[in-house]
Amino acid sequence: MKIHEFQAKGILRRFGAAVPQGQVIDDPAQAKQICEDFGGRCVVKAQIHAGGRGKGGGVKVASNPGEAERLADEILGMQLVTHQTGPEGQQVRQVLIEEALEIDQELYLGVTLDRAAERPLLMASRSGGMDIEEVAQSDPGAILRELIDPLLGVLPFQSRRIASGLGFEGGTARQIQSIVASVVRTYLETDASLVEINPLMVDSKGDVYALDAKMNFDDNALFRQRDVVELRDVHEENPLEVEASEHGISYIKLDGSIGCMVNGAGLAMATMDIIKLYGAEPANFLDVGGSASQEAVASAFRIILSDPAVEAVLINIFGGIARTDRIARGVVAAIDELAADGTPVGVPVVVRLEGTNVEEGRDVLERADFDFLVADGMASAAESAVEALKNRVAGS
Amino acid sequence: MSILVGESTRLIVQGITGREGLFHAMGCRDYGTDVVGGVTPGKGGSTVEGFAVWNSVERARRESGCNATLIFVPPPFAADAIMEAADAGVELIVCITEGIPVQDMVRVKAFLRGRGSRLLGPNCPGLITPDQAKVGIMPGHIHEAGNVGVISRSGTLTYEAVWQLTNEGLGQTTCVGIGGDPVNGTSFIDVLELFAGDESTEAVVLIGEIGGTAEEEAAAWIGEHLDVPVVGFIAGATAPPGRRMGHAGAIVAGGKGTAAEKKAALAAAGVLVVDSPAEMGARVSEALGR
Repeated sequence: MKIHEFQAKGILRRFGAAVPQGQVIDDPAQAKQICEDFGGRCVVKAQIHAGGRGKGGGVKVASNPGEAERLADEILGMQLVTHQTGPEGQQVRQVLIEEALEIDQELYLGVTLDRAAERPLLMASRSGGMDIEEVAQSDPGAILRELIDPLLGVLPFQSRRIASGLGFEGGTARQIQSIVASVVRTYLETDASLVEINPLMVDSKGDVYALDAKMNFDDNALFRQRDVVELRDVHEENPLEVEASEHGISYIKLDGSIGCMVNGAGLAMATMDIIKLYGAEPANFLDVGGSASQEAVASAFRIILSDPAVEAVLINIFGGIARTDRIARGVVAAIDELAADGTPVGVPVVVRLEGTNVEEGRDVLERADFDFLVADGMASAAESAVEALKNRVAGS
Repeated sequence: MSILVGESTRLIVQGITGREGLFHAMGCRDYGTDVVGGVTPGKGGSTVEGFAVWNSVERARRESGCNATLIFVPPPFAADAIMEAADAGVELIVCITEGIPVQDMVRVKAFLRGRGSRLLGPNCPGLITPDQAKVGIMPGHIHEAGNVGVISRSGTLTYEAVWQLTNEGLGQTTCVGIGGDPVNGTSFIDVLELFAGDESTEAVVLIGEIGGTAEEEAAAWIGEHLDVPVVGFIAGATAPPGRRMGHAGAIVAGGKGTAAEKKAALAAAGVLVVDSPAEMGARVSEALGR
């Protein structure tokens, strides 16, 4: 799960990190007074989950309160396009008005999971404000790394090593050590998957602030992070993906035209891959769950077909413990249910069933009122779906 | 021959009084696995479907001599269940549970260091040595005893591979699902080492997916140490970057962990990489000259 910058800064502040003074608003008229309170200068920052807001025109400096109001008015409601939003952009619903600080140096500080070491990894760099992945590519030596013991947290000598490695001493070094400790505690105690301060800034007096903040959380841990769950902003998520998650279905919208319904994540990815090998593009990733129950199949159909780009559907189910004939009945019942609801399935549906009782399963499909295209392997299923797509596109 | 599980496996099921736990305890027993009972705290002393139930793994181990456990405990309590089994000295811990917080697994891994237990999973289908022991949730009947080892991060995609092998007339020594989470107990290399030491394993199918670097590490190991043919498939060539594809560990992050990188690393180590998931079985046949 992702959250906004102002929410991440709120959490960091709770863990003792210094962040600039700021206030989030959804009405541009509020900007003027806030800017005045900050001494007449401020920064107006669009709050969307995607990165690259500055380059997209979502972060601007106001040199007086009137300008703050004008900029807030301009940014609020805009469709902000960044390299992470896709061409349609993301609507800005809130802006953060923040005090403008004198930046002397920009650093990077972040914690994430090191999968190979199976521990949290603290990273710091003097190249702040840049994409850390680019720094890692172009100048890997510029990144300081400390593996964190999950049971002990960051140790004082590690924080000292980071501060001195970044080239600081005295009061600034102590402030860096303190924010390092805050960031690691935030990561460990909120079940974050990423805490990133980029840039971490040092002002002309040598004081340290988190100028930008990004936090992602482990979805598996949300059951014990109630405060974090409350920060969820569904406006930032694809509505179909939200609906799918409510039905226990894992769905990710893609750009192609063959809708996929598969049981199991690995098989679902493999099904997308084989569609591409046969010359078409998958419209989605969809895992209906291991058992592929009738309810899950019906919901999955509704979700796949609400994507107008879908011109054909490929169902690939490996019936393991769940018997294939029962799954086939579920598929037929789901199609009947959709027809009865006035939303009949109007695109070709290729079904590949394999596993326990597969003969009976195929029988059920062939006897149904609906004209399924039944395939007997992954390759022929993909081939048949791609052909059905081409016929349909040629015929329309 | 086989690895990890076989005729000497004495299995308990943690969470045996739950719906899933009981269903699969019976499934394993029906397959022929020696299921000696299970554990549910607070329900010790009772029996369910003929299985003895204990309050703790320690007690279960003392009274049953179990050497393997299969865990179906819900995510908030699963890490504790794993550590309890390790503390009791159970040799093989197989955790099916999906949805365990990553930081719980980081702590579990720290706890397991220096202890003698091996953890498989979590978020995995388990493992099976055909005709000897099934310790997991896979459909037993699609398997056949034979000479191909299977290792995978996936569930149903593993069944797909096994089904292809069986239809090619190629049986399996042992099929091992290592799970789809970013932090897991047993790696590809751990299993490859065991297959390398198993004389009856004449070929290996390795099924990876996007995310992390486990396949690249496996490739380096295969290049140096493994003499039998390995057929590899990596799921997720069409997955968009930055999105988690169902499995918690299946994500291309920061341009790393792509299918293309993994396939290239495997191919460079001599692995026979197939682009089509429909060709895994046929490629093994070909490699074995059948």
